[in-house]
Amino acid sequence: VVNLLGISITVLFTLLLVFIIVPAIFGVSFGIRKVYMKTLLKIFQWATLRIERGAKEKNHPLYKPYVNGIIAKEPTSLEEEIKEIRRSGSGKALDTPEFELSDIFYFCRKGIETIMDDEVTKRFSAEELESWNLLSRTNYNFQYISLRLTVLWGLGVLIRYCFLLPLRIALAFTGISLLVTGTTVVGYLPNGRCKEFLSKHVHLMCYRICVRALTAIITYHDRENRPRNGGICVANHTSPIDVIILASDGYYAMVGQIHGGLMGVIQRAMVKACPHVWFERSEVRDRHLVAKRLTEHVQDKSKLPILIFPEGTCINNTSVMMFKKGSFEIGATVYPVAIKYDPQFGDAFWNSSKYGMVTYLLRMMTSWAIVCSVWYLPPMTRQPEEDAVQFANRVKSAIARQGGLVDLLWDGGLKREKVKDTFKEEQQKLYSKMIVGN
Amino acid sequence: MLLGRLRGLMFAWHTTRRKLSSSQPGAASPFGSWRCEGCGGDLAWEPFLWLREAKVGFSHSQITRLYSRFTSLDKGENGTLSREDFQRIPELAINPLGDRIINAFFPEGEDQVNFRGFMRTLAHFRPIEDNEKSKDQNGPEPLNSRSNKLHFAFRLYDLDKDDKISRDELLQVLRMMVGVNISDEQLGSIADRTIQEADQDGDSAISFAEFVKVLEKVDVEQKMSIRFLH
Repeated sequence: VVNLLGISITVLFTLLLVFIIVPAIFGVSFGIRKVYMKTLLKIFQWATLRIERGAKEKNHPLYKPYVNGIIAKEPTSLEEEIKEIRRSGSGKALDTPEFELSDIFYFCRKGIETIMDDEVTKRFSAEELESWNLLSRTNYNFQYISLRLTVLWGLGVLIRYCFLLPLRIALAFTGISLLVTGTTVVGYLPNGRCKEFLSKHVHLMCYRICVRALTAIITYHDRENRPRNGGICVANHTSPIDVIILASDGYYAMVGQIHGGLMGVIQRAMVKACPHVWFERSEVRDRHLVAKRLTEHVQDKSKLPILIFPEGTCINNTSVMMFKKGSFEIGATVYPVAIKYDPQFGDAFWNSSKYGMVTYLLRMMTSWAIVCSVWYLPPMTRQPEEDAVQFANRVKSAIARQGGLVDLLWDGGLKREKVKDTFKEEQQKLYSKMIVGN
Repeated sequence: MLLGRLRGLMFAWHTTRRKLSSSQPGAASPFGSWRCEGCGGDLAWEPFLWLREAKVGFSHSQITRLYSRFTSLDKGENGTLSREDFQRIPELAINPLGDRIINAFFPEGEDQVNFRGFMRTLAHFRPIEDNEKSKDQNGPEPLNSRSNKLHFAFRLYDLDKDDKISRDELLQVLRMMVGVNISDEQLGSIADRTIQEADQDGDSAISFAEFVKVLEKVDVEQKMSIRFLH
């Protein structure tokens, strides 16, 4: 038995090496993942049809999530709404500012509407799927699953946990250890073209192995717009995997806070091979210091483009939230990138209040695959007449438009913090104008 | 038999994983058969019969959607919502009357609201359908009648729940709506004028009947209704 085990492990490892690691080193692909994806799609469609049939047999309505909201909201302003209410109430002239008891209807209805369905809180939890993807975590209609479907689900569990998971963990382990050792070794070389060349390829190779460790199937669009030296690459943020996805196709300088533990080891190794911008925890709060270091990096044309996620936190990939203006004040060329995940195969969103990093990675590695599209948008620079905030909003709209995401002005920090009082004060000011005029 | 067992297995697997990952035991799953702690009993998958009994009037899919919303707001996962859960909604927090609206959900002296209470309050905002208008007067008035909608708005003004809007109460609510942008004197004169126009029995306060009279021409049915998309 021990012999058999030894032989099977050797065979497995050779297969691993040939089919996954070697192509990763050279950046080619056999196309296995695409075939896998197509097969899965067919199975999911079949599964959804069966569930619908099951529900129809029992004459029950099926729970279908609606992404566009559940209630009808009129996009009218405070002024228009209140005027409408007053118009229906009395025949008095509408131009004179005054108070009516009926004004309260506006605030009341708006408040109840937000309780039923608001734009912000739903961005901080995973997107609901319209069809089932054979993962129990996304199923809302347990009752309608037939025997065949249950067996298929069981098979899926076996494949995902007993075959894919160990494979992926082995790959991830290989990728990370290669990254750490590779960058440390390259770090000992003297500075020069040789070092840069090796460093670039070590980074790319390890990220590609990590991509395969997650079975990420990525489609890159418009690669001619890829970020160049001296620029800043900004993208919407859904999960820590975004870094792996972008860095496996380009050579970037990362920006971030130094962590402890495994992350810290990786960060310290990476910075030996090429200049990433890591901050100590205390330095992160000092915005001027951060801006200064970024500006210095950007002005040195030999240094790599910086990768930044201006939202500051993970959003569930249905919308883009407010971009923090820090990176847009520096004055470098901005290369926007839009990343859109297909949640059918595995939801990449990291709900950090619900799952820790390890649980999250386990969930990722037990999904079917991570499928996403990356669009490189043409570079943008700040126009003379706009300030940093307007520039940030312009970039944000471009990214939202390309990725098919909702463009929101709300701050992603609302995930954890309370909203600022200034917004309420704005509303109060608007209303005061309606009662007493200017 | 086998099917039922397998299905049960899948459901058990799912709830175990959820229980392991959630911080509190007994996390409610909104779908399938589940325990609704807040409404005191098992909720069968059959349409929420008790909600129908309470004449709340929402359709099955609307109730399911609102239950999904309720559970997503319920961060403590104990089947009830507290005031903090509501204040976590940014668009509600910036509403000048946000606190008064939140208060309307909580019955006297309590600071937790269960799903039944949640739905009862939301039922006021159901649009009035045509076939309901001509119903007979024998049954209790539906929660979304014109009178009940007006009563909801009246209660937003009536801070001490004595069925009268006094000058002080009106001033306080006005202050909430305008913030610091209007002086006390101006606000006082606005309040005085409003009460003068509405008051008919000379007690310098607005009763519910007077409130209804002032708003008799306003299209309350439309302005205090929220339409579902499905």
